[in-house]
Amino acid sequence: MSLLTIAFTLLFYFAGAVLLAGLVYRIRLYATTPTPLRIPTTPAPTTAPGVVRRMFFEVTLFNSLFKSNKWIWLFGWIFHMALLFVLLRHLRYFTDPVWSWVSLIQPIGKYAAFAMVAGLFGLWARRLLVDRVRYISSPSDHLMLALLVGIGLTGLGMKYVAHTDIVAVKAFFLGLMYFDWQPMPTDLALNLHLLMVAMLMIVFPFSKLLHAPGVFFSPTRNQIDNPREKRHLPTRETAAGETSA
Amino acid sequence: MAEFETPALRPYPEIPPIEIGVMAHSKPFYAKEDHQQKIGFPGELIDNWQQAAVDKMGELVDNSRALRVFLDSCVKCGACTDKCHYYIGTSDPKNMPVARQDLFRSVYRRYYTLAGKYFPSLVGARDMDQSVLDEWYSYFHQCSQCRRCSVYCPYGIDTAEISMAAREIMDSIGVGQKYCNEIIGKAQTIGNNLGLPEPALADTLEGLEEDIEDETGVTVRMPLDEKGADILLVTPSADFFAEPHVDGLIGYAKVFHQAGLSWTLSSHASEAANFGMFIGSYDNMQKLALRVREAALELGVKRIVFGECGHAWRVAYNFLNTLAGPFDFLDPNYPLPQHVCEVTYDLIQRNALRLDPSANDDMVLTFHDSCNV
Repeated sequence: MSLLTIAFTLLFYFAGAVLLAGLVYRIRLYATTPTPLRIPTTPAPTTAPGVVRRMFFEVTLFNSLFKSNKWIWLFGWIFHMALLFVLLRHLRYFTDPVWSWVSLIQPIGKYAAFAMVAGLFGLWARRLLVDRVRYISSPSDHLMLALLVGIGLTGLGMKYVAHTDIVAVKAFFLGLMYFDWQPMPTDLALNLHLLMVAMLMIVFPFSKLLHAPGVFFSPTRNQIDNPREKRHLPTRETAAGETSA
Repeated sequence: MAEFETPALRPYPEIPPIEIGVMAHSKPFYAKEDHQQKIGFPGELIDNWQQAAVDKMGELVDNSRALRVFLDSCVKCGACTDKCHYYIGTSDPKNMPVARQDLFRSVYRRYYTLAGKYFPSLVGARDMDQSVLDEWYSYFHQCSQCRRCSVYCPYGIDTAEISMAAREIMDSIGVGQKYCNEIIGKAQTIGNNLGLPEPALADTLEGLEEDIEDETGVTVRMPLDEKGADILLVTPSADFFAEPHVDGLIGYAKVFHQAGLSWTLSSHASEAANFGMFIGSYDNMQKLALRVREAALELGVKRIVFGECGHAWRVAYNFLNTLAGPFDFLDPNYPLPQHVCEVTYDLIQRNALRLDPSANDDMVLTFHDSCNV
């Protein structure tokens, strides 16, 4: 086995472990931290199905963001939806045989990559050009965008400029999953792409990317507005019941 | 009618460009030693306050899912940056909700996150020091905890939760704000924020009864501490003397009178505006809320109705049941508590009130963006 293969094999096991353990730890923490008081934001649903509806539209359509700022909504929503399709498309490299619905969405996923990078550049432009957003940006905010743009561009490069040995890549990842290690092809675009993906996986549970699980636990969004009908108690049972609602 | 310079109605709001530091000088008076001690906080800045503040922060985050999720989740998208009236009115970027939160988040990151411990400048993490404390004192008191920003945040991040936590931390190390802390002390001993003792309150109400009789020729009572009344009315003490708040109280009395409802005020709980919320102190908020419970039990009422006040109503509607419940001794047919507007609306629906629209048609009215969502 080449040094490159050993390095990437270890890197992806490490990144996977950090991502999984980090998220489990963080989500457990969110779920078990008490909610002393009831603080849903008006207009809040008064029933559990209402909360499910609110959360569904919040997570799929970014309702509050739409009310807030149309440009951020446009770039942010395009980026996230495109990312979703790109990720789903990539399932073909981890499944054998490839699930039929994954094959079906391949064309969408391929073009979504352009939308994803466009959305990211839109968000980055705001970060640089709008004085208020520039003021609140830390180096880490720019680095996060750079990382995502880098992943997108190297991915696009492999798809549309210089193809990589995709069969070998798939063999590598299936090998990781079944503990039957296979060589990592030597290809700069591919190696950079995967290096950045591993970095993203590692920083995920330590960074603002925690907004992904966080949004589901936000008490202002997931609490039922019924404090008069039902006395709110900050216990774990109440808490757990709510997040599942 | 008074002359007003009416601002031109614009199709879109204009967002002012940022002006760094223009409100850094603005801060409230510091609480005196006895204001602090009376409500359970150190009288002056304690030794080793930096560590104490950091420890307190950890304790608060461990006990509030809201804080924990909000501190982790902000992506700095900028959606809230033009939503705070303190920013729109001052142009100071630290009055943008996200920047206000970051005064807190930067310290949280430094002590409680891996990235902030090892790469502070990368993620904008800061040590808890005097300059941070000064900024906290200034900018966390330039937040009215209205929660408007939380409506617009894609994750529902509520800056009020953060500014409450910051005020609680500052109180716990001996840096309190005079206005709130002095008032909380008064309300906990005398019964209302103004510090009106029972005789003064009785006298004020008598005066208002006379005013109503002079104006309308009708004898409308304003009962105080009457045992056996059906309704306990809890209203902000500003209603007892300030214009135009007092018109509200006069209105409530007229409504109760015409509907034939039996009601009373309480001198023990003569305050709806629970300032414990402003300083983020659960204990103080609970002490004040318990006075309402004690008054309801003492007077043997069947219902509790709150007078109008945005922040008072938040504590009453959202928190009272949790803080001072269960209220199983009250009539279960009525919501606990009820807002006086709910009571009035219900009476109007049932034609129990005779209204004269011409009585107030000389006034030009407008809606105010809500004090609290």
